[in-house]
Amino acid sequence: MAGICIDKTKLDDDDVVVCRCKEVTLKEIREWIDRGYDTFDELKRLTGVGMGACQGRGCRDIIMKEIARRTGKSFDEIGTGTFRPPVKPVKLGTLTAANKEDPWEGKVVSH
Amino acid sequence: MAWKNADVVVIGGGVQGCASAYNLAKLGVKKVILIEKNSICSGSTGRCGAGIRAQWGTEMNCRFGLACLDIFENLEEELGMSVGLNQGGYLMVAYKESEFDQLKANIKLQNSLGIRSGVVTREEAYTICPGLSADDALGFTFHQRDGHADPFLTTFAYMEAAKRLGVEFLKFTEVTAIKVEKGRVKTVVTDKGEIDTAVVLNTAGGFFQDVAAMVDLELPIHSENHDIMVTEPVEPGVCPPMLMSFSGNYYLQQRPDGTIVGGCSPIGHPMDSDLRSRFAFLEHMSSVFTKLLPRAKDIRIVRQWAGLYNMSPDCQPILGEAEHVKGFFLSGAYSGHGFMFAPITGKLMAQLITRGNTDMPIHMLHYRRFAEGKLIIEPAVV
Ligand SMILES: Cc1cc2nc3c(=O)[nH]c(=O)nc-3n(C[C@H](O)[C@H](O)[C@H](O)COP(=O)(O)OP(=O)(O)OC[C@H]3O[C@@H](n4cnc5c(N)ncnc54)[C@H](O)[C@@H]3O)c2cc1C
Ligand code: FES
Repeated sequence: MAGICIDKTKLDDDDVVVCRCKEVTLKEIREWIDRGYDTFDELKRLTGVGMGACQGRGCRDIIMKEIARRTGKSFDEIGTGTFRPPVKPVKLGTLTAANKEDPWEGKVVSH
Repeated sequence: MAWKNADVVVIGGGVQGCASAYNLAKLGVKKVILIEKNSICSGSTGRCGAGIRAQWGTEMNCRFGLACLDIFENLEEELGMSVGLNQGGYLMVAYKESEFDQLKANIKLQNSLGIRSGVVTREEAYTICPGLSADDALGFTFHQRDGHADPFLTTFAYMEAAKRLGVEFLKFTEVTAIKVEKGRVKTVVTDKGEIDTAVVLNTAGGFFQDVAAMVDLELPIHSENHDIMVTEPVEPGVCPPMLMSFSGNYYLQQRPDGTIVGGCSPIGHPMDSDLRSRFAFLEHMSSVFTKLLPRAKDIRIVRQWAGLYNMSPDCQPILGEAEHVKGFFLSGAYSGHGFMFAPITGKLMAQLITRGNTDMPIHMLHYRRFAEGKLIIEPAVV
């Protein structure tokens, strides 16, 4: 016996939140792709996708697939966007404790 | 046969190129083509701190800063798209007597030009920036109309408005050469084909000097790596103004989405254009963050990156037309303030190209000032 059955064909795709960190819907992504923002980096700059606390772990694949589907381009052409350090978020205090320098010492800009 | 032809070719899809292209079309230039070797906003603009301010130390920059604030405050209406303007003010922090004296002199100049900035007490500074701890500072100045705008949205807003006026954008297209005939610009050569045009505007950001070299113009310019980082979003109100100090060598600010962005200049300007991320920067900047905002120690850093400052000998931009090549115009070398100035310099460059003169004087920013020894000494520059 099946449990609760969701009719997937009735889900309105457009309202699906593709990037949970930045609360961006598939609808928004589709609109921007159609207006020429057809690389991951450009969508990132415009809507913030990929720039949330998870750094795109939750949304990059879905968005790349959507770009590929709408433009007919391969993943290579779309570009995965740049991965930036730190790989995992790290507390300011953790790095401060590890750093012995006084931030004001010897840091005067030359002009 | 040329691949395309244009009235003006703009090289570089950063904020300067997009703002200039928009203003050219607005002034009636029919066929403007903007060429970007990567994607739009992939250069310095998309990597910048995006601070905007009128707290400068020369009359020229105060006037530019004020003009930009006037434009920024109406930009969403003009371009039909939000630019993420956030006027939390700039709170300048001085740790040295001489530095504070300079800030006070700057305030005097600013006030005489209609900028309503002023010296604030430590208590006032702590009210403006509730998370701040700066008992070791000697003095503070503040201007409420300063702040920042979203660098991506600002650039895209200019691009969208420019497109509506007929500007053509070619991304993933690289300019590889410029052909000159009888002292005039003739053709722009790209990796996709040739574009015939009588006018070129060089807004190539960190590659400004390389594009100038395509018409045999050697400029005393270099690009320099600057690091920057951002935290996870936290409750608003931690650091509403842009905190900035010349002797402390930092700028940092909380953005409307709750994240805090901050960076510093490399020590001694090492002429280093390597954009790889450095751990030493993260360590140093974390110490700066927690010293200034002690309650921020449990906030997590999510990302660091780096971008290029395009530096001239006096850290001021180069604007104007090449002396030996008619039709080759320059707008670059903005050091750390090319985002904030784009609304006004984009407009002035479009005026220069279409009318041969400008609403505000820019002749002092021609590159011939280096040969003539007429450097612009701006005390309030990073
Ligand atoms: C970390 C950091 C913080 C900063 N903070 C601030 C700040 O708070 N406030 C401020 O006002 N400014 C700031 N700046 C400076 C600011 O980012 C720049 O001055 C400004 O973005 C320059 O804009 P641009 O359009 O001239 O250059 P860019 O944005 O670099 O655009 C130039 C474009 O030209 C393209 N290009 C280059 N060569 C070619 C070619 N041959 N063919 C085709 N395309 C080409 C590049 O790909 C690039 O996209 C900061 C910069 C950095 C790095
Ligand atoms: S889900 Fe998009 S950045 Fe986290």
